Amino acid sequence: MDFYDGNMELKEIQTLEGHTDRVWSLAWNPATGTSDIPPVLASCSGDKTVRIWEQTPSNRLWHCKAVLEETHTRTVRSCAWSPSGKLLATGSFDATTAIWENIGGDFECVATLEGHENEVKSVSWNASGSLLATCSRDKTVWIWEVMPGNEFECVSVLQGHTQDVKMVKWHPTMDVLFSCSYDNTVKVWAEDGTGDWHCVQTLGESNNGHSSTVWALSFNAEGDRMVTCSDDLTIKIWETDVGRMELGDDHAPWNHLCTLSGYHDRTIFSVHWSREGIIASGAADDGLRFFVESKDGLVDGPLYKLLLKREKAHNMDINSVQWGPGETRQLASTSDDGTIKIWELASLT
Amino acid sequence: MTLGLINANPVVHAKKERVARNEDLHCDDAVDPLEIYDILNLILFFFSDIRDPEHPYSLEQLSVLSEESITVDDKLGRILITFTPTIQHCSMATIIGLCLRVKLQECFPPHYKVDIKVFPGSHADEEAVNKQLNDKERVAAALENPNLRQLVDECLYSNEL
Repeated sequence: MDFYDGNMELKEIQTLEGHTDRVWSLAWNPATGTSDIPPVLASCSGDKTVRIWEQTPSNRLWHCKAVLEETHTRTVRSCAWSPSGKLLATGSFDATTAIWENIGGDFECVATLEGHENEVKSVSWNASGSLLATCSRDKTVWIWEVMPGNEFECVSVLQGHTQDVKMVKWHPTMDVLFSCSYDNTVKVWAEDGTGDWHCVQTLGESNNGHSSTVWALSFNAEGDRMVTCSDDLTIKIWETDVGRMELGDDHAPWNHLCTLSGYHDRTIFSVHWSREGIIASGAADDGLRFFVESKDGLVDGPLYKLLLKREKAHNMDINSVQWGPGETRQLASTSDDGTIKIWELASLT
Repeated sequence: MTLGLINANPVVHAKKERVARNEDLHCDDAVDPLEIYDILNLILFFFSDIRDPEHPYSLEQLSVLSEESITVDDKLGRILITFTPTIQHCSMATIIGLCLRVKLQECFPPHYKVDIKVFPGSHADEEAVNKQLNDKERVAAALENPNLRQLVDECLYSNEL
């Protein structure tokens, strides 16, 4: 299936209702969505709850499996499953991060991480599941080590951003952490071998970076390219030296590759790069856009082009888009309209 | 949150007489049937009830808002509000902006997108204030803060009997 031909369509599979306030974020459980295990996803909302959804294999319909409530006292802004799929971390405006475990079919809160001075905006697990990162309006990024018995120890408090940190994301293969902020920059954090973490690069306007709040970032499967999206209405693609990266050089610099502008006319809140290389974006203009690398053989090098767009994918702002695990081209989006929509990208033939 | 009076002598303008409209505004239908001018009058009628946090006069009487301040695009479902804080360094600009946003949520269907900015040249930190007022996540978090929420409620509802 060669999607470079552009013969693709976006099918709307189902709308998941249940949350009573805007849905901010969602996360697909990475240990699900295989031939044996039906896909599971978690969503979090301004209604202060987290909902777990599962697709029934027999009729392929999604249903709500669990509602995680009475733990967070304010909006739950972000959620992320550990790589094993056994733990779920949720970050909230109540300044805490909760860790949940599925114990005999019930989700229980097994740990609460405190320390941030105000709203937690994002949570992210590293590739091995040994580290968890959180970030906050307090301008800091915290790195927590996962200890036995569901204990979490803060190993570093990273200072450097001058404003609200909107998202953190670990690199897919290396223990290098990326953060993006209201201060318009993306920062790269690495450990020097003695346990000290520091900022090894800042991607700002002088590096062809964004001119307003950077809301999200995502990596391609290989980990040598990154996509960022912003309030400045653009999507930017960055790349690093593959050779140096493969040698484990976590200080290899990132460089701007190209900027995609004119595709959204309001703040772009989310971008996600699929395993196959399709970039999905969701914005406050209620629309979804899909981009792929252009193979037009231009002398100037690789560029990205629009593959497909869906106007009015939701009735209100789209806050998050995430590709599902497994082989199907499933995508989920969340919105201020209180719903989650499941989509499938399919060939037209 | 205690505030000293920053602007002790505001200039007060005569309140324009305006025909009161049907107060049942919060409907799920589009606002297409109404002419734009009527919509503006409706907003101003409700805004005439918002008190500046520091003074007993309404935002309209202090020339914070006027008919020129409001742009509505019915088709796209977008609203732009431009307001003038009473003085250059008014630290209440963000509170006034929050109040406007909460009030507008009551007036318009939920899918309307609202942008609120300070009138160009009317504030020392124009860019910074505009950025904060239009960061949806910051607004949501601010309204979950009980102290800020109380302040906003006082501004909006303190004259209700």
